[in-house]
This record gives sequence, structure tokens and C-alpha cells, in this order.
Amino acid sequence: MALAAVCGVQCASEPFGQIFSGKQARLFDRPNHFSFGTKIQEFAVPVGNEPSSFLRSCDREEGVRIELDHGTTTLAFKFRHGVIVAVDSRASAGKYLASNDVNKVIEINPYLLGTMSGSAADCQYWERLLAKECRLYRLRNNHRISVAAASKLLSNMMLGYRGMGLSMGSMICGWDKEGPGLYYVDDNGTRLSGRMFSTGCGNGYAYGVVDSGYEEDMTVEEAYELGCRGIAHATHRDAYSGGSVNMYHMREDGWIKVCKEDVSDLIHRYREGMF
Amino acid sequence: MLSAQNFGESGKMKEYHYTGPVEHRFSPYAFNGGTVLAVAGEDFAIVASDTRLSEGYSIHSRDSPKCYKLTDTTVIGCSGFHGDCLTLTKIIDARLKMYKHSNNKTMTSGAIAAMLSTILYSRRFFPYYVYNIIGGLDEQGKGAVYSFDPVGSYQRDTYKAGGSASAMLQPLLDNQIGFKNMEGVEHVPLSKDKAVQLVKDVFISAAERDVYTGDALRICIITKEGIQEQNIPLRKD
Repeated sequence: MALAAVCGVQCASEPFGQIFSGKQARLFDRPNHFSFGTKIQEFAVPVGNEPSSFLRSCDREEGVRIELDHGTTTLAFKFRHGVIVAVDSRASAGKYLASNDVNKVIEINPYLLGTMSGSAADCQYWERLLAKECRLYRLRNNHRISVAAASKLLSNMMLGYRGMGLSMGSMICGWDKEGPGLYYVDDNGTRLSGRMFSTGCGNGYAYGVVDSGYEEDMTVEEAYELGCRGIAHATHRDAYSGGSVNMYHMREDGWIKVCKEDVSDLIHRYREGMF
Repeated sequence: MLSAQNFGESGKMKEYHYTGPVEHRFSPYAFNGGTVLAVAGEDFAIVASDTRLSEGYSIHSRDSPKCYKLTDTTVIGCSGFHGDCLTLTKIIDARLKMYKHSNNKTMTSGAIAAMLSTILYSRRFFPYYVYNIIGGLDEQGKGAVYSFDPVGSYQRDTYKAGGSASAMLQPLLDNQIGFKNMEGVEHVPLSKDKAVQLVKDVFISAAERDVYTGDALRICIITKEGIQEQNIPLRKD
């Protein structure tokens, strides 16, 4: 059926399902880069090898070291006036600092944000794919996707590749008909709704700072200060987090970018208040 | 005291000699060395690479540049495993042609970068062992540099070094172009001639201290007039 083919609908007899049917997308040992316009995701997998340990095994060879960009602290919390999202901006590849200036928040639409922690490529790819699915949902259904549904889409994508070595810890924040929404999604397929989350290797430090300063009816200024402090103190103690704090505030009429501050300046400011 | 009795026939110590099975695995990768660098200016971009191709202790070639011209306004530098570099550039060329035929226009630098990210990610579980840096002009005519990791994570930068000497060159670029860790210095925007001289100096330093970098330097200077190439000799030892 020509219309079904154009819309990407699969017939029941089709053996390989699309990514949302719960089965894995096709895995080939030699991807066909020339079948452009393919509607099914194709990933190359090394023959006979378990994918998650393949990259680690390559490290033994002389000089060959495939190091992927990693490491982060991100945090988000709900309060009376919306959701605050704060992230650092460091990407490390092994012990080398690949960049101190990475954008770890993806702006899916004016009412939906996604944060990224773990492997940079995994986060960028899957969240960009989530943005595409959210846009298609909006076009097909004539209303914006809810935060719960968007986070469910992402967690199902992760479940499809469970055990294959993906590394992603993300928070989907938004404002929909139910009010402010905050979901934590990770590479195991975990999906949790909550009032406050922090992800990445610096999350312990951020939890400590935010837990001690959090109040449900904080003013907006106090919430901004708390978000900045959480990230700044985490970057101070965690080697794999640093750079600058990128902060967003999710409000009823959409998100706004609050600030981008260098953590060294923030730490100096806090130090001056201390002594 | 170690006596002669402790040693077996082949000279290995008897008590501490492993006698079980050992796994030897074929590695699909090799490390061929090389350094790539890209700098973006106000209305120009520079992509430079050395031309040495090595493996282990040998040099396979002294004339194997790592910059590849993609369009009139974009050049890519690829270093890492030469086999994957060649395949990847062939795939990018094919995709550029297909885009040109379907859309009747050349791909912009930003579009090439986004496409390369998905090409690299399609090999997430069996990566291309290539460190890519794209340099070119964006739609407004300003210089743009996009740097990638082997599985497709990317971002736009002002300057970036990749490859074997990247850890040595990046801090030097941070200081000279980014003015990092300098107090009371006027932030002068980089002119094209100053940028080219800086790139030459930086590669001369890399060739001094990195064994995989040397022989010659190929610089591609991208402006709205086109792409100009220069070849400068480096240390051959």
C-alpha cells in the first residue's frame, strides 16, 4: 500500500518492527550507508562480539584508544514558580578535557527541555531523535506532547538497546496541561517522576547542596541562586565537571535561559561571602 | 636468592610462569597517527594537518595529508585509523552528491556537520576510529569549526586540535586564540595572516615533541574566494 509505505506504517506480517514496537532495530555487521531514506534505524555491530565490551577490548592494542566524551553534573528541581534546570559544560574523553563549553540542554520545543549526562554522543543523538518524534506528534495530533509521553518515548528507546553499552542519564522537564513536569530517564530504561533530580558523576555533591537549601515556596531569585550553587560546588569537587553553569527556568509560558556563568567566578564569589 | 634452578628452559621463572590459555584477538583497528587543526576567523577558516602516515615504529608515507576538500566552502580533517578515514570521506562525498542531486544545492557546513554526526552514530557499536574536525564558512560567511568525537558527538568551536598531538596543541591555542589564563591582555580578533603564522608555529612545536607528527604541513585556507592550499616542510625525524 503506497500510503502506508509513505507514512511508515508497518504491516503485521513484517518481521522487523520499528523502534517503538519494543523489538530491537535491525543490527547489521556491514551497514548499508547507501540505503538513504531508510525508515528503520540500522546500526553496525561487530561480528561475533558483545558490543558493550568490544570498545574496551580495543584499548589493549598499542596506541588504539577510542575514548568517548563523558562526564557531567546536571540538576533540576520543581518549586512553586516552575522548574529550574542547571547543568555544567564539561566534556572529557578519558583524562583529556575535550571541551569546557558544551551545551548539555537540548531545547526540544518552547515548553520542553532535555538535559544530557553520560556519553555525549548517545545523549545528543537520542535527544535529537526525541525532538523529532515530539515534532511529529505535534503535527499528527494538533496538540503538544505531554512531558510524561515524551519521557516515555525516550525510555522506550533506551529499553530497545538495553545491555548494549549506551550511557545516558537525562531529565525531561516541561510544562503541560498537568502543570510543571520533571522526569528522570536513564540508559537502563528507568523513568521516574519527581520533584528534584541530579545526574552525572558530580550528582552527589549537587544533591547535598540543593537538599540543604530547598524550600517549596522559595522566591525565583533564591531558586536561581540554589541552582547555581549546586552546580558550582559539584564542579569544584568533581574532576569531570566544570566550565560554566547553564541555567534555564521552565515557566507556564515556556522556558527562559537565565544565565551562563563561569564556575571559577562563582566559587570566588561564594568564597568571599564565607570569610 | 634467585638460583639457576628457578629458571625453566626458555629463561622464564618457573614459579611465576602463566601456563593457561591466552586469548589473541584480531583487532580491526590500527593507529596511524597524524594531527589535525582548524581555526575559524571572522570571514575565513583554516584547516591544517601534517602529512605523516605511521604505524607502530614505522612510517608508511611522508605525503599523506589528512585534509579533504568536501565543497568550495568546507574542508574536513580526519586523523586516527587511515582505513576508516578513507571510507568515511568516500561516504561523505557520496552523500554530498546525492544531496546535490535531490535538492539542487550544495550542503552548507552546518548541514554537513549534522549529517556526519548521524553517520558516525550509525556505527555506535563498531565505531569509525576517526577524530574529525570540519572547517568552513557558514551561511553568513563567517568562519565555522565543528569538532567530533569518534561516535558523533559534536559542537561548533572557534578553534580545535585533534589527533595524536591534540593534547599538546589545544592548550597553546587556548592561550593564543582564546586568551585564556592571560591577565590584562587586549582581545584582538585574529587576522588571516596572523592565524596562518600561528598554525605554522604550532605545528612546528608539535613536530618537535610528538613522534607521529612531522614531515610536512598542509594548510587549507577557506575564504569566500575559494580554498587556497600551502605546503610547508616540517621535521622529518
